Amino acid sequence: MGWTGKILRVDLGAGSCASEPLNMEWAQAYMGQRGLATKYLIEETDPKVDPLSPENKMIFATGPLTGTIAPTSGRWSVVCKGPLTGAIACSNSGGFFGAELKNAGWDMIIFEGRSAGPVYLDISNDEAELKDASDLWGKSVWETETTLIQRRGDNDARVASIGLAGENGVLYAAVVNDMDRAAGRSGVGAVMGSKNLKAVVVRGTVGVTVKDPMAMMKTSNSAKEILAENAVTGEGLPTHGTQVLMNVINEIGALPTRNGHEVQFEGAHNISAEAMAEPRDSDGQANLVSNHACFGCPISCARRSKIDPSHFTVKDKPGYQIVGGGLEYEAAWALGAATGVDDLDALTYANFVCNEQGLDPISLGSTLGAAMDLYAAGSISSSDTDGIELEFGNTEAFVAMVEATARGEGFGKEIGQGSKRMCDKYGHPEFSMTVKSQEFPAYDPRGIQGMGLTYATSNRGACHLRSYTVSSEILGIPEKTDPLVTEGKAGLVKAFQDATAAVDSSGTCVFTTFALSGEDIAPMVAAACEGDWSVERFVEVGERIWNMERQYNIAAGFTGADDTLPERLLKDAAKSGSAEGAVNRLDEMLPEYYELRGWDVTGVPTAETLGRLGL
Amino acid sequence: MFKALRMENDACTGCHQCEMMCSYGKVGAFNPAKSVMNISVFKGGAANIPSTCTQCEEAWCMVVCPVEAITVNSVTGAKEISDEVCVGCKVCTIACPFGAINYDADSGIVTKCDLCGGEPMCVEACPTPALAYVAEGSTGYEKMRSYAAAMIDLDDSPVQ
Repeated sequence: MGWTGKILRVDLGAGSCASEPLNMEWAQAYMGQRGLATKYLIEETDPKVDPLSPENKMIFATGPLTGTIAPTSGRWSVVCKGPLTGAIACSNSGGFFGAELKNAGWDMIIFEGRSAGPVYLDISNDEAELKDASDLWGKSVWETETTLIQRRGDNDARVASIGLAGENGVLYAAVVNDMDRAAGRSGVGAVMGSKNLKAVVVRGTVGVTVKDPMAMMKTSNSAKEILAENAVTGEGLPTHGTQVLMNVINEIGALPTRNGHEVQFEGAHNISAEAMAEPRDSDGQANLVSNHACFGCPISCARRSKIDPSHFTVKDKPGYQIVGGGLEYEAAWALGAATGVDDLDALTYANFVCNEQGLDPISLGSTLGAAMDLYAAGSISSSDTDGIELEFGNTEAFVAMVEATARGEGFGKEIGQGSKRMCDKYGHPEFSMTVKSQEFPAYDPRGIQGMGLTYATSNRGACHLRSYTVSSEILGIPEKTDPLVTEGKAGLVKAFQDATAAVDSSGTCVFTTFALSGEDIAPMVAAACEGDWSVERFVEVGERIWNMERQYNIAAGFTGADDTLPERLLKDAAKSGSAEGAVNRLDEMLPEYYELRGWDVTGVPTAETLGRLGL
Repeated sequence: MFKALRMENDACTGCHQCEMMCSYGKVGAFNPAKSVMNISVFKGGAANIPSTCTQCEEAWCMVVCPVEAITVNSVTGAKEISDEVCVGCKVCTIACPFGAINYDADSGIVTKCDLCGGEPMCVEACPTPALAYVAEGSTGYEKMRSYAAAMIDLDDSPVQ
């Protein structure tokens, strides 16, 4: 109950699909989704495997709450070794695909090997079959999804697929479901492409059952009430989306701008939630059309946007004059502030292209910012960039380079390798705003100290969604801490990391944690699942997952030396804002963090810690 | 006076909580495919339209049923299907002008909204004002008013 108890194992080399029972002992120890899929990956693959080889496996995973009445129950994840980082990759997505997969009766799909030619997986409840996808190879996510739904003749079928980026091996290619929801980070789409797997289409009518339906209703209703009454989940996110943060973060001076040279962007307002809602001069319409919910979500933070049809990016392209997935904060920051571009419709167009061809806008925008930095330093010139004048703030150049990257053309191929490889190649590794080769997102660690430790220690490379201490340091949730202070941040980061690992593994959305705590979420898991799901055990599972991921990375070759930040954040002081004159003081936080984690001074979990967690 | 479901398209975000709760009431599992409240999504998610049986006063499904499997609940006014009596002939699905009554291949009979005996679970589940259970005379007035307001600012008009 909660779990369907079934795994679909797909051998792409043999072209076969088989059902097997879920390991219930592991389900009790790792809950589901992120945790449970990682456990399977560790047991079945060598952490030193080449991420793009047939020996890497890729797991589509739901959690025990996915598809239930629990609020935000639409989450699912793609787990594999990541090609961008060489570390464990777990990319979480919303939309409707995950709940549909669960409704078809599957907790997970494990993909192994590589197909000789392009295929897609067609699932109807317990029937699963690999089918020829030769005609879909070379098509975008949008074309693929539309074609597969038409082919099945069922509008209720759901699709997850890759676009050109995944096919071409862009190292931050995404797996996109429901047209614009993405398992975006670490290049999981490139792994899918390396397996010659174009798409998964699923229709599920089996239904999801839980252990104690009455307790499920009661705990879910109570969680929904708390979410509705909370200022962030009941008001800020539904109205403005995550973009509610743009002006706030810029104001305090923690908006990494022009590849981290500055921490405030003069164009921030132009690309903010407020700007999205303002009617344009040209056609009197606002960029923002409406908000939208993922499956089971009462928060409804997703944006639906429409670009001005006369804007240069879409003027002669009716295919983009549509209502599509609009800018979220991280995308608006990466595509905008990191590159110095403040043309809202141009950024929305770039975001559409990311959805259409399956790219992570965070890594794309940050890599474009790094390329502009190389261009400004004279390390590359327009002869390298196919004549494109890649200056900070040059909107036309930005758009041209986004298109080239999506199609894998010219200098776009370099951009598609991510900023670490590109900056290494052109002799300026210090220009790469990455940790473990993954681009960091929209919070400058000079102005928000805890986010420095968050990025440095994130198991999947720099990421805000592994411990969102912005919640405490800026928004004051669950309690306000000073963003400029390092004291106490080690404990804060650890607590956020463990809780987030548990929430992810349940199959619900981390955004609920602005309002809900383990006291609210664990009882929903307890209502859905057999076993002891006290709050203490819920958080312990999170800690176990964090240490398991760490063990994977150590086995893959990472050491404590990789728990660091780009020099720019550690040596170049913020030029303005509340953190003016400050750098990130990672060295004040990291040793204490290792100690609190029960790791030795080199960042390796001690035998005692591993024993305590049953690892 | 009976009460009726009022559905406000503009408020619906497409989260499908209603479908989950409805299907739980019908089949004991969270299974949107078995829900008799349906959300149709258009315009890339910018338009989400809830729809279900409106409980017609003179219900064509009931009129055409050859075995009298559909009866009126005297408390709620809902047109309810007797699982024991229904033979799955599907004539009602042809008669209904709105597609609000459908054949379920798994059970072999038709299925439709029965207002959950007067406490519609979809309304309880809905996190927005999109679904409400109101006096049946007031289902359309607010909607008409909102459409009218889109054309004329009613607050400025002399007569309200």
